[in-house]
Amino acid sequence: MSSAPADSRIKAPQRPGDRIFSTSTVVAGSLILVVLAAVAIFLVVQSLPALGAGKADLKGGANNFFEYVAPIIFGTVWAAAIALVIAVPISLGIALFISHYAPRRLARALGYIIDLLAAVPSVVFGLWGITVLAPAVQPIYSGLADLMPWFPLFAGPVSGTGRTVLTVAIVLAVMILPIITALSREIFLQTPVLHEEAALALGATRWEMIRIAVLPFGRPGIVSAAMLGLGRALGETMVVAMVLSPSFVISFALLQSQNPTTAAANIALNFPEAHDVGINVLIGTGLVLFIITLAVNMLARWIVDRRKEFSGAN
Amino acid sequence: MSVLAESNGAMTIENPLTAAHLPRYTPWATLLLALLVSGVGFGILAASAGATFNIAGAVVVGLIVYLLVIWLISRRVEGSRRAIDRVMTALVATAFIIALLPLISVAFTTIVNGLPRFDLKFFSSSMRNVVGAGGGAIHAIDGTLLITLAATIISVPIGLLTAIYLVEYGKGPLKRGITFLVDVMTGIPSIVAGLFAFALFSLITGNAGIRFGIGAAVALSVLMIPVVVRSSEEMLKLVPNELREASYALGVPKWLTIVKVVLPTSVAGIVTGVMLAIARVIGETAPLLIIAGFTTSVNTNLFQDRMMTLPVFVFDQYMNQGRDVQAYIDRAWAGALTLILIVALLNIVARVIAKYFSPKTGR
Repeated sequence: MSSAPADSRIKAPQRPGDRIFSTSTVVAGSLILVVLAAVAIFLVVQSLPALGAGKADLKGGANNFFEYVAPIIFGTVWAAAIALVIAVPISLGIALFISHYAPRRLARALGYIIDLLAAVPSVVFGLWGITVLAPAVQPIYSGLADLMPWFPLFAGPVSGTGRTVLTVAIVLAVMILPIITALSREIFLQTPVLHEEAALALGATRWEMIRIAVLPFGRPGIVSAAMLGLGRALGETMVVAMVLSPSFVISFALLQSQNPTTAAANIALNFPEAHDVGINVLIGTGLVLFIITLAVNMLARWIVDRRKEFSGAN
Repeated sequence: MSVLAESNGAMTIENPLTAAHLPRYTPWATLLLALLVSGVGFGILAASAGATFNIAGAVVVGLIVYLLVIWLISRRVEGSRRAIDRVMTALVATAFIIALLPLISVAFTTIVNGLPRFDLKFFSSSMRNVVGAGGGAIHAIDGTLLITLAATIISVPIGLLTAIYLVEYGKGPLKRGITFLVDVMTGIPSIVAGLFAFALFSLITGNAGIRFGIGAAVALSVLMIPVVVRSSEEMLKLVPNELREASYALGVPKWLTIVKVVLPTSVAGIVTGVMLAIARVIGETAPLLIIAGFTTSVNTNLFQDRMMTLPVFVFDQYMNQGRDVQAYIDRAWAGALTLILIVALLNIVARVIAKYFSPKTGR
């Protein structure tokens, strides 16, 4: 050590192969940044003409672009929010079942089974929603509306086909179950075993152990898992496009046949026939959707990353 | 049974640690009894009203009865804390079963509805000049395979090189930025990817109504690259550092170490990740709807004209039903079945590769 001069670390010779290879990896990595920037830039450029769109170019009797977008954004957020309300408790239950209730040997296989749900293409879920789910839930909807007509969400008249925003939300919930389950399962498994054993040693039942050791430890992770699920639900297209017959309304009623559409479904349904400014308007809606999902995802990732630094798990 | 529980509960003991326990069979016996009671109740109801037996209703009511009864019994015998514990156990298990229902239902309906048209004609003819019954999806299958192949060819080099950068070279803010953005990119809605490809190519070519296959491949790449990066990165991290150091010690340059030592060691995992990424994008519908468009005839040229794909075929057959409605619905389901089989096959092959070709860790 002492014989070596202070700052002459031996450097490996840089061969041309090294330079070419390392440069190409940097280029590929930077390409990701470029692509994301390009997505934003091209969407912005193509959606600028939409701001000048008048009444003739817009569906639903809107006077300008913002009036047109408002009900669509409402529908997007509304459907995704209901889906999230349905999916989060069930996913947490599944994740707890796999991580803390099921026999150890079965846990891995059960995880695979839930992951299978993620492999089903969305268009198949759309077909299933129309053919199986909608007829199955329609009687329940009628029952709900008869039972609680005073409750604004269940206001009548009930759709005769069952193809309502609630049906869509149920299918969306099924589609985001796997991602929320997978993430929260990982987080529950990271709970320090000592915390769990300490709780049990103090005489806690299994549920009390989960409530005082597992859930508080996993709370940020649960929040971010739910937000990633929300991001998926916001951008999901085909189920909404197939199940709902859209209209441009802002309505909280869950069971009626007139339902707000979502941004993604609106684009998918109208794009094939769109022309001129119509295309720009749809791209503009896409941009709004992109911004919303980007914000949700960034927030979720930020929460995860912030937590990574002080959790002892890794 | 509840008599038995009460006779146990009669011995009140103060010490909670040695409090009375319900026998192990109690939950199962209670569940069975609750389902039986609810089943009989619904049976009588159905018989009296002349309606069909409502299985779902019977199960749901049975579960609620079970939750109530087990809570009451356990509260009486074991105290309120254990009672809540038992109820939560039941709820957590129910959540898992609820998630299984749609999975089984989707698989069952797709197979039942898809089989009638899952025949040779479906895989040998296109929809060209077909109105009503007949026709097939060969044009859609061709399109799906070509577009997915092109997307794979675009995404794998970029994704793999990015993963290599992140694991072997990256440091500082660029690495952190790329990692963050890759995570964010996984959340881009598929329809936005389609719009991006459309906006890009319509600006480049100056054609405001552009539809072609390669654009769809680019859109799918936007969705696929982050998945490839994520999985390859995990696999490269698994390669033990000792292997790299041994290679450096022999005087092998860094890039050759990566190409000849690191990549071969992790190749099975990387291939698995790529297959799973393909399985994820092959079922995407929305971007293809926008940039690949609809057509009824075979088109194998990625760079010109509209191209049909399997998910869009399913969507189109269902949404634009002609006069012979059943023929269209049957074709849609047959397409859905084909799609699910392709995805399942990709998943199985990926798992098999991961299982049999991965390097043996440890000795």
